Amino acid sequence: MTRKNRLLKLVALGAYLFLYLPLFIVIVYSFNDSKLNAEWVGFTFKWYDKLFQNREMLSAAANSLIIATVSAAVATVLGTLAGMAMHQYRLKLLPGLVLAPIAMPDILMGVSLLLFFIMLNMSLGLISITLAHITFCIGFVALSVQARMTAIDRSLTEAARDLGATPWQCFRKITLPLLAPGIIAGALMAFTLSIDDFVITFFVAGVGSSTLPLQIYSMVKIAVTPEVNAISTLLMVLTLILITLTARLYPGALRS
Amino acid sequence: MLEIKEVSRYFDNFTALDKVSLNIAAGEFFTLLGPSGCGKTTLLRLIAGFDQPDNGDILLDGKSIIATPPERRPLHTIFQNYALFPHMTVTENIAFPLRMVGCTQAEINRRVAEALEDVSLPDKGNHYPDALSGGQKQRIAIARALVNRPRLLLLDEPLSALDAKLREQMQLELIKLQKEIGITFVYVTHDQGEALALSHRVAVMNRGTIAQVDEPSRLYGFPNSRFVADFIGQCNLLSGKVTQLQDNRAQVELEGLGPVQTAIPADSTIAVGRNCTLTLRPEKIHISSRVSHDEVEAHFKGIVHDMLYLGDVTVYKVELANGMLLEALLANSSPGRARFFEIGDQVEVAWHYDAGHLVMD
Ligand SMILES: Nc1ncnc2c1ncn2[C@@H]1O[C@H](COP(=O)(O)OP(=O)(O)OP(=O)(O)O)[C@@H](O)[C@H]1O
Ligand SMILES: [Mg+2]
Repeated sequence: MTRKNRLLKLVALGAYLFLYLPLFIVIVYSFNDSKLNAEWVGFTFKWYDKLFQNREMLSAAANSLIIATVSAAVATVLGTLAGMAMHQYRLKLLPGLVLAPIAMPDILMGVSLLLFFIMLNMSLGLISITLAHITFCIGFVALSVQARMTAIDRSLTEAARDLGATPWQCFRKITLPLLAPGIIAGALMAFTLSIDDFVITFFVAGVGSSTLPLQIYSMVKIAVTPEVNAISTLLMVLTLILITLTARLYPGALRS
Repeated sequence: MLEIKEVSRYFDNFTALDKVSLNIAAGEFFTLLGPSGCGKTTLLRLIAGFDQPDNGDILLDGKSIIATPPERRPLHTIFQNYALFPHMTVTENIAFPLRMVGCTQAEINRRVAEALEDVSLPDKGNHYPDALSGGQKQRIAIARALVNRPRLLLLDEPLSALDAKLREQMQLELIKLQKEIGITFVYVTHDQGEALALSHRVAVMNRGTIAQVDEPSRLYGFPNSRFVADFIGQCNLLSGKVTQLQDNRAQVELEGLGPVQTAIPADSTIAVGRNCTLTLRPEKIHISSRVSHDEVEAHFKGIVHDMLYLGDVTVYKVELANGMLLEALLANSSPGRARFFEIGDQVEVAWHYDAGHLVMD
């Protein structure tokens, strides 16, 4: 038994290494005082320094944050409503409509959204990117909220009404708090998906505006510079903070 | 106080309730009893307002309440799973109905403390429902439902999730509570023992209809149908046909057994030629080795097929000539009783002419 256990631990260790070693290398090299990702020369902050002077990078980062915040917020509201409706009513069409963007290949989404925006004569830019992100984020929020809804016993909302709550009070005091983990998890997922979406954004971005993934891609086309490592490290830190915060606020949110 | 008038409820093509009418008096402990799926919960949900009847009316103090949303009906429900809000402490749970009607914080504090005292859990206020045992959850659910003094309490199988011992204790507490506060209880259960023990009156339901409404002792002694006799307690059911009516007695030809004399029940639709069932409680059947010639008794020969010694009583299953098994109960209390019957013994079963209760099929 102990041998089996040791083997299991070894396999687990291997899996973790495979997952986290590349990330670890990126972090290490972002502090490496060398232009090449080859050998350790010495510790430096200069790539971060350079990063914060790179105007294009900064504006791409700002764009990404704005887009992610707005699309996560809108998708969370719409997705929550969709998720609740999907649970409450036996609808045939809505689940398909909400969930199709999840299953559809990104490239198809990108092309069709591009065609759609052109048809509407919309200029491509922040707004078109945000709309596109909202479109594919709604489904994820809806799924997360619906899963949470099924876990809420119907008798709880009935008990609230029975004890004197109006439908709105019942929603505010019972449904929403119990739904919160699902909503938060959905919002977090939407934010993360939006921040790192490349394919769809690539199609609907137009020429003027860029996001972090697009910017990183255009830089990597030349070479993987330590600057790219630095911005990746910062992205990682941001994600980590978000996840920790969620776990703090709603201990149950990340369990599912 | 609560009047249910010809209420029907259909789900697609399925009739869950068929023209149910009931009258429940103020202060009454009223029980809806019936097998699983007979519509008890459906009826309770209509009274609570979670669901609407397709036909009929529900009146509270003479006024129809079917258009009133659940939050404005002066009644509360105790759910089978208690339905305590998991994200609120016990105190917040009990305070919930008070907050909804806009009580002041001081008043809320006072009444919640009182309610916790009433259910003997004064120090559990800061716990979350997760941290309570089944019996404690039950008490908190009761405290929450009673804290703003509803006119009527609906209880849907509130004790079915508890173990036998705790259930018995809670039954006694419920009886005491109902007596003390005098609120009308409408109680749902499929456990006939519980219904008989708790209620002033019981409505026996069967497939969406009311089979009989009566006091527990009358339900047991004078069932109005084969279904009720069978559902309430143990009962022997002997099919037959009425052959003769004379004064207060009827002669019934029992299938495969022959004629017996039996008392004519009051308000019966009895008539010669009708199919009927003689319902006989096991404790009213005598079992002996002697041969009886008593005129006022029906007696048949049989063989002991099975016996079950239960300490205070012994249950015998006696096989009659027609192959039917008759259940008889013999108290083990008779002093100096010579012997028990053994399996395979020849015995005679007998019952007095008014021991059975005749129902028309
Ligand atoms: N919303 C619904 N849709 C369809 N059928 C329903 C619905 N609610 C109840 N029924 C059906 O109505 C019948 C009565 O259900 P109900 O829950 O009232 O039974 P019950 O007497 O409470 O049984 P139990 O003792 O098992 O709780 C059942 O056959 C059930 O399947
Ligand atoms: Mg039920």
